[in-house]
Amino acid sequence: MHPAPSIIAFSTLSGLGFGLLFWLGIGMPGSTGLVAFVFFAIAYVLAGGGLIASAFHLGHPERGLLAFTQWRSSWLSREAVCAVATLIIMGLYAVGRVFFAADWFVLGWLGAALSLGTVFTTSMIYTQMKTVPRWYSPLTPALYLTLAIGGGALLAGQVIWALGLLVLASALQLAWWWQGDRAFAASGTTMATATGLGHIGTVRAFEPPHTGPNYLLREMVFVIARKHALKLRIIAFALGYALPLALLLAPFSHWIGLTAVLCHIIGILTSRWLFFAEAEHVVGLYYGKR
Amino acid sequence: MTTLPSSTRRKLGLVIDLDTCVGCHACVVSCKGWNTENYGAPLSDQDPYGAEPSGTFLNRVHSYEVQPDDGTAQLVHFPKSCLHCDNAPCVTVCPTGASYKRQEDGIVLVNEDTCIGCGLCAWACPYGAREMDAAAKVMKKCTLCVDRIYNENLPEVDRVPACVRTCPSNARHFGDLADPDSDVSQLVAARGGMDLMPEQGTAPVNKYLPPRLKDRLDRTEEIDVLAPFLAPVTDQPKGFLGWLDKALDKI
Repeated sequence: MHPAPSIIAFSTLSGLGFGLLFWLGIGMPGSTGLVAFVFFAIAYVLAGGGLIASAFHLGHPERGLLAFTQWRSSWLSREAVCAVATLIIMGLYAVGRVFFAADWFVLGWLGAALSLGTVFTTSMIYTQMKTVPRWYSPLTPALYLTLAIGGGALLAGQVIWALGLLVLASALQLAWWWQGDRAFAASGTTMATATGLGHIGTVRAFEPPHTGPNYLLREMVFVIARKHALKLRIIAFALGYALPLALLLAPFSHWIGLTAVLCHIIGILTSRWLFFAEAEHVVGLYYGKR
Repeated sequence: MTTLPSSTRRKLGLVIDLDTCVGCHACVVSCKGWNTENYGAPLSDQDPYGAEPSGTFLNRVHSYEVQPDDGTAQLVHFPKSCLHCDNAPCVTVCPTGASYKRQEDGIVLVNEDTCIGCGLCAWACPYGAREMDAAAKVMKKCTLCVDRIYNENLPEVDRVPACVRTCPSNARHFGDLADPDSDVSQLVAARGGMDLMPEQGTAPVNKYLPPRLKDRLDRTEEIDVLAPFLAPVTDQPKGFLGWLDKALDKI
């Protein structure tokens, strides 16, 4: 699949932002006043900035409000509803924290639940795609949620939780890669089932429908840099998981914390880039490609 | 509404005969011609006369080589457009309700006024039936020529999709696949019409008729009715070749 930079930035940054909002919602840290303001500001820049970035890939962003209407059937619509509800509820909760040093915990826990709901709905947009076997797995929402909560814990300064969750996320990441590499073959979709000609013999694409590229090939059959996938996986794993974990074990200072967060973000951006670049859509079979 | 109807009264769709399609691409051209100037936004082209032309098409013809275990390879031309699936994954993913399946005839359509161009429906379609128009920034797909099939301003013979009307080898058939007595349903039953990617669970309405068995030029004796009357009287060469044959045998 085509790795649109706006979508990669959105899913990584807003995942972190909603993860931080989760921790703020349950009162960890339970700071107030200016410190709380800084925490909420970081969370809103990440979550809201990610949402705005995602609007850039729309053909008609001016009709975006319509995307709130189909929550009964569409995960994308559910994500939009969840995200806005989270930002409103947590905004009210932040007012209490910042200006009144109050813990309106009902709002906080509701906002925390909605934060997780937002990350879950985001992950389900990809997980529901039976056409992309690599994504079509319960491991996808598990990885998204663990990464968001783990990254959120990193930002919220919850060192012990961050350690545990990042270890869990790294294990899920490895499991996700392992199952993803086998998913296409396991899906049972082949050129034989795509063309229905398998009962005659071995099917080979002889001639494409057109001599030039098209939307389908640009969007679904993105093959650039797949050859670097292993190197990129190593970079993603080292920066996203291993290095932040090592830094968290070192004696705490804000500079070390900041380095850990930046490493984590770059690593997860790389892993999210691979999430799209390595994903193979079954339509590629019609073109004899993967 | 992007929920699917539980059932549709009719299932209008196409039956495509892979045996008779000659791969002329006339359906591609007539589809583009009709649909660029009727229903919805035009089907734009980018750089049409330049080095890398690209454009929006609702129907494309692939060609496949099929190599049997035993015998010569076959070439199969393979037109592909929206299959108007009963269980259309492209409809339910739509966040705005722009994508819908009609209860009255099962046609899957896009309301271009409410499409935000997110592209999710194209991801959800396993067949590559949907293409985002690069100029209009909305999703385009086969409408089954909804503006022809009910159009009383056209002569009755023209009230079929443009691709069906234009096909010179009668490889494309249009009708109601919910009616077991319709011509298309009978054709599907007689020829073993099949679904593409059945494992994807999309329950496509359009059916494909597999190529018929080919003659085997290397096994003509099996089908040559004259062979018994033309049995060779001798398999030994005569004259000079006969002498040469015997001479070489003796060396």
